[in-house]
Amino acid sequence: MLGTPLIRTLAFRIALAYLALFAVSAAALVGFTYWNTKRALDVETDQTIQAEIAGLSEEYQRQGLGGLTDVITARSMHAGQGLYLLVGPLAHPLAGNLDAWPSVRRSAGRFVEFDYERRVAGALEHHPARGRVFKLVGGLQLLVARDTHERFETERMFTTTLPWSVALMLTLGLIGGGLMSRNLLRRLDQINSTSREIMAGDLSRRLPLSRAGDEFDTLARNLNRMLERIERLMKGMREVTDSVAHDLRSPLNRLRNRLEGALKRLPPEGEEAEEIDAAISETDRLIGTFDSLLLIAEAEAGAARNSMSRVDLSALAHDVWELYAPVAEENGIELDIAPAFPLEVRGNGNLLSQALANLVDNAIKYTPAGGRVTIATEKNGEGAMMTVADNGPGIPVEDRPRAVERFVRLEASRHSPGTGLGLSLVAAVARLHDARLELSDNGPGLKASVVFA
Amino acid sequence: MRMLVVEDDIEAQRYLVNGLRESGHVVDDAADGETGLTLALSRPYDVAVIDRMLPKLDGLRLVQELREHGNATPILFLSALSEVDDRVKGLKAGGDDYLTKPYAFVELLARIDALMRRRQPSAVKTRLQVGDLELDLLTRAAKRNGTGIDLQPREFRLLEYLMRHAGQVVTRTMLLESVWEYHFDPQTNVIDVHISRLRAKIDKGFEPALLQTVRGAGYMIRAKP
Repeated sequence: MLGTPLIRTLAFRIALAYLALFAVSAAALVGFTYWNTKRALDVETDQTIQAEIAGLSEEYQRQGLGGLTDVITARSMHAGQGLYLLVGPLAHPLAGNLDAWPSVRRSAGRFVEFDYERRVAGALEHHPARGRVFKLVGGLQLLVARDTHERFETERMFTTTLPWSVALMLTLGLIGGGLMSRNLLRRLDQINSTSREIMAGDLSRRLPLSRAGDEFDTLARNLNRMLERIERLMKGMREVTDSVAHDLRSPLNRLRNRLEGALKRLPPEGEEAEEIDAAISETDRLIGTFDSLLLIAEAEAGAARNSMSRVDLSALAHDVWELYAPVAEENGIELDIAPAFPLEVRGNGNLLSQALANLVDNAIKYTPAGGRVTIATEKNGEGAMMTVADNGPGIPVEDRPRAVERFVRLEASRHSPGTGLGLSLVAAVARLHDARLELSDNGPGLKASVVFA
Repeated sequence: MRMLVVEDDIEAQRYLVNGLRESGHVVDDAADGETGLTLALSRPYDVAVIDRMLPKLDGLRLVQELREHGNATPILFLSALSEVDDRVKGLKAGGDDYLTKPYAFVELLARIDALMRRRQPSAVKTRLQVGDLELDLLTRAAKRNGTGIDLQPREFRLLEYLMRHAGQVVTRTMLLESVWEYHFDPQTNVIDVHISRLRAKIDKGFEPALLQTVRGAGYMIRAKP
C-alpha cells in the first residue's frame, strides 16, 4: 500500500463516491426547500393582497369613494408591508402611502410587479413590490400591493449562501474522506507490512489489534488465529524434518559404517570388495537424495532467511565457472562466462552457489560433446538474474513445468545419473530468495534463469 | 593419541570407538553431555568428537562450557543437521570442525588427523616441501626438481592444502570446504578432474608420483609410497 497514491486507494474512492452521493442529495434537498419556500411566500403575498382587495371593495360598495379613501388613509398610516395608492383621472394621488404611480416592471396575469422607493431608517431604498390595479368609475385607479423585499432578500440569501455551503460541505467531506481513508489505509498498511514480514519467514509475528473492536480487528484476529495454526504446522513439520533427519541419518550412517568395515576386512581386489564398494556408492547416492530433500524442505520453510547477507552474483558465478571449467573441458564442452560487473543481491551464498552449480551440472550433463554452455549474470530491471544457457537438446515447452517437480526425470535423462531433485532444489532456493526459476528456449538448447525481483 | 567420543547412539558410538582404537588411538567414551563434560574437564585429550544432539547437555552447550573453562581441546562436531546455519552455530560455539552424518569413517579420520596436526605448534611456514616438490608461499611459485611449474591460483591453493597435510588422507569434502569454501557436494565429482589436472602438472614426467588417490577416501601427497 506504501507508495500507492491516495487517489487510487479503495478507501479513498469509496469516500469520494459517498461524498458525491451526499452532495447530490443535499443539493436536491436544499433546492426543493428553496423552491417550496419561494412558492409559499408568493402564495401568501397574493392571498394577503386578495384579502385586502376584498376588504376595500366591500368598503367601497358600502360607503362609496369617501369611505374607500378613509380606509386607505387609515391603513396607510400603520401599513407594514401593505402598499396603497388611489389616483384621480390625471394620476394625481388621492390617498395611499405611495408618492406616485409606479412604473410597472412586469405584469404576471392579474398581478403587476414594480419597484418603489421606501424610507427605511431615514434612508431611501428601492424595494420590489407586487400587487393589483383596479379601475374605478370616474377614471380613478386603485393599486393594492405588498412589499416583497423580504421574499427577495430570502431568495438572495439562499442563492448567495448556497454555493458557499456546498463548497464547505465538499471541503469537509473531502477532508473527512481523506482522514477516513488514511485511517483505513493505516490499518491496512499495518496488516500488509506484518504479512510481508511473516511471508519473509518470521512466523512468530502477529497482526496488531486496536481497541476499537471493529471489522479490522475481527479480520486481524482471524488472520492471527490462522497464523497460529500455520506456525504450529510449520513447527511440527520442522520437528518432523529434524527428527527424520536424525532418525534416518543415524541408521544410514551405521549402514555405511558396516559396509566400510566389511570392505576393510576383504582383499581389496576381490569381487566382493567391488560389490561392497558399489553398495557404498549406492548408499552415498541415497544419502545425497535425502540431503537434497531435506535441503529443499529447509529452503521452503524459509529458515535460511535469517542467514542472508550481501552476495556478489558475478563473483559467485565466476567461482562456479572455475569449479566446472575442467569438467566441461573433459566432456568436450566449452564453458563460458559472460563478463559482468559486480552485482549484489541479498541471499545465502552457499545455497545460491549450489543452485548455480546444479544448473551448470545439468547443462554439462545434457549437452553433447562439442556443445557450449554459457554462464551469465546481469541486471534485470531493478533486480538481477543469473542464467545458464546451453545448446543441447533443451526441454520441450510442455515438459518444462514438470521438469522442476521433485523426482521427475524426463524421458531424455533417464539413462544419465542424477536424483531428479537438481532443478527442484534450484526452484526452492529461488523461492527462498523471492526469485523464480525460468526455463526457456535457447534456440537450440535450454536457458535456465534465476530471476531476482 | 588420546581421544574423547561423546555420542548417544550406542551402535554408532561402538563403531566409532572401535574404528579409532583400530587406528591406534586411546579412546574414552560418554553417552550424554554431562558425562562428556566431566570427562573432558578431568583429563587432557588430543581431540574430542562430540555429537550435537545429546541427552542431558546439548553438544553446543557442552563445548561452550568447555571453552568457558579455558579448555582448548580441538573439537570435531558430529551432526545430523547439515544446514550451513547449523555449521556456523557449531563453529561459533567453539567447535573446530563440523562433520555431517552420515559420514565415511575415512572422512572422520582425515579430519581428526588434520585437527591434531593443526594443534602441534609449528613455525609460520613460508615454504612447503614434499620430496623434490617445493612450494614458495611468498612468491607463489612451485618447483619440482628445480623446474618451475605454472599453476593457476586455485591450483596453487589446492596444492598448498595437500602439501600442508602431506602424508595425510585429504577427502574431497575437505578440499571443497577449504579450497573452494563450498559446503555442498556437487553432483558430478568435479574435484577428481581438478586433481587430475594438478597431477598432470606436478607428476607428469617426474618420478615418483607424489599425488596419490586413496581408494574410497580421497587423496594424499607424500614423498615415499
